[in-house]
Amino acid sequence: MNELFNLNLLFSTIRLATPLILAALGGMFSERSGVINIALEGLMLAGAFTAASITYYAGSPWVGLFAAILAGACIAMIHAVVCIRYKADQVVSGTAINILLTGAPALLSGAFFLSSGSTPQVPEQHLIPYTPIVIAFALVPLTWYVLNRTPFGLRLRAVGENPEAADAAGVSVNRMRYTAVLLSGALAGIGGAYLSIGQSSLFTRNMTSGRGFIALAALIFGKWRPVQTMLACLLFGFTEAIAIQLQGVRFGGEEIPNQFIQIIPYVLTIVVLAGFIGQSRAPRALGIPYQKER
Amino acid sequence: MNDEYKADKLCIHHSSFCIHHLIMRLLRELLFPVVAVVFAFIVGGIIVWLVGDNPIQVYKLLLGSALTWPDGIGYTLFYATPIIFTGLAVAVAFRCGLLNIGAEGQLYTAAFATAWVSIKLGGVVVTGMSGVPVQPWANLPGVVLVPLAVLTAILVGAAWAGVPGWLKARFGAHEVITTIMMNFIAVGIVSYLTQYHYRTQGDPIMESAPISESAHIARLGSFIPGLPARLPVNVAFILAIVACALVYVFLWRTKWGYEIRATGANPQAAEYGGINVRRQIVLAMAVSGGLAGMVGVNEVLGYHHRYYDSFSDNYGFAGIAVALLGRNHPVGVFFAALLFAMLQRGGIHVDAFSEHVSKDLVQVLQGIVILFVASEAFFRGSFGRFGLLRRSKV
Repeated sequence: MNELFNLNLLFSTIRLATPLILAALGGMFSERSGVINIALEGLMLAGAFTAASITYYAGSPWVGLFAAILAGACIAMIHAVVCIRYKADQVVSGTAINILLTGAPALLSGAFFLSSGSTPQVPEQHLIPYTPIVIAFALVPLTWYVLNRTPFGLRLRAVGENPEAADAAGVSVNRMRYTAVLLSGALAGIGGAYLSIGQSSLFTRNMTSGRGFIALAALIFGKWRPVQTMLACLLFGFTEAIAIQLQGVRFGGEEIPNQFIQIIPYVLTIVVLAGFIGQSRAPRALGIPYQKER
Repeated sequence: MNDEYKADKLCIHHSSFCIHHLIMRLLRELLFPVVAVVFAFIVGGIIVWLVGDNPIQVYKLLLGSALTWPDGIGYTLFYATPIIFTGLAVAVAFRCGLLNIGAEGQLYTAAFATAWVSIKLGGVVVTGMSGVPVQPWANLPGVVLVPLAVLTAILVGAAWAGVPGWLKARFGAHEVITTIMMNFIAVGIVSYLTQYHYRTQGDPIMESAPISESAHIARLGSFIPGLPARLPVNVAFILAIVACALVYVFLWRTKWGYEIRATGANPQAAEYGGINVRRQIVLAMAVSGGLAGMVGVNEVLGYHHRYYDSFSDNYGFAGIAVALLGRNHPVGVFFAALLFAMLQRGGIHVDAFSEHVSKDLVQVLQGIVILFVASEAFFRGSFGRFGLLRRSKV
């Protein structure tokens, strides 16, 4: 039992939490401004695919990372326009983007790399296994500072809590929301890039495998606050690390089904949402398009 | 909006006849989804062209191959069956003001449960991981077993959806998040049960033991002359049509349906009107989940004849597209499902016969269709002056 809880487990937890932190912080900007973002999964896929293919072509992970940020922001822009300009249902729009992005990378890689859904291998010297980890953990205090100690953060929160009051005070509600949703795309894009050119060396079909939704769960579990959300991501990363380590390990001849460990984050989130452990309160104007009064 | 209001009042005034107004309304309801689909196809065509293929040729493959008799049509109806059920599921919840993103989890648990009943009560001996044969409880004949298996699918789907409904009614937990979480929990539990308890020993595929033969439901080809029995479309398709009719009756001809729609239209007003809103939320979710659960009947009893891990080709999410495009009405859902099923059937041909484009185009199109249908304001803004695409009331 003891050899399970070693340094290896700690590193693996940090590695697995990194993409979650990046995506969850992205989601935080969007949701604190009042726009639901269940498109995190799709945004991460966009980042992961773009990072792998651009790094392959350009031969530089930095160009790839930058392209992933742009790709995430571009896809997020679709979500923003549909939700803010055309006041569509934000959950529906997010779902559409998730569906779109399960198909689009596979379609493009089929066309450009003549493979069914994956990109070519990126050589090892072009991978960035550590930088995104540093970015992710540096972004946590930064996000806290921006949200709680800057005028921008104050406006962002105001727009998510009480858009009418923010508008009356001279804040452009929609511009704040556009900015926030674009930021969420950029951050989720980095998270996706880390999956394809950090942890792995290529993009494979549906490689996020639900991490966007776990990030969303962590965001709710962390009550839409940066530090708590990071802790939630670490917890969820830890459960994933344990699940990986326990694969094939036997206790008294019985294999431990890792399905039960894998579902822990989801069960915990439901428990928190129902208010069994503390209350998780969403921003008040979350999900409501803003209609300026005439 | 004002003109419409007047028109409505006028209709009440001369309550005898108002075909013109009715036709205009129908046209508006029909035209908007059609325009949305056309726009989505144009955007999809541009993508196809950018990728280096001829859009017209690709669309010919995509839609043409689905219309051939008997294979094209047979497969299209088979693919339509699950998404009619999930489309209805999403539509019922939507009429109550709820977004059920959890059809995927509901159909997985239901499909497993229906397979479980058909194994346990169908006289099938399972040799699981341990190699020790597990005896069934009973060996029921088909006339009893099939209805029982269908009922199980409905009940388990309803229960799995009822939980998020109850969490919403009791604690105010947002159903979108809870249903997403329940999807992953469902996949985890069902894949555990398959892997550790119901897989035949030595089977390399994640699938349960085959179900009892008396639980199989007939393929349409076995009794419809001219339709070959090799086509997988089965009785579940007929059940899907029946479900469309039942959902219509339920929503528009029963008290419960009325109360669900009232809750969806304005929960506060419904509450004041004496409707138990919390109960309606749980009821709507349960009905929704039961419909999603029927997918298990098509897949397990009608096709795979066993539980097959991760069999669902995103049916739950396709249901959202189907419901939105079908304006959350059973008739609309039916035709929207046919359209997406045609695409799915055509996708296989696109994969085989086009140079660059793969069947993933179908999912791209599905995503774009939802985006356009959701952005109704986009069309109303651009075409409003033609007066046809304005949102009609009710």
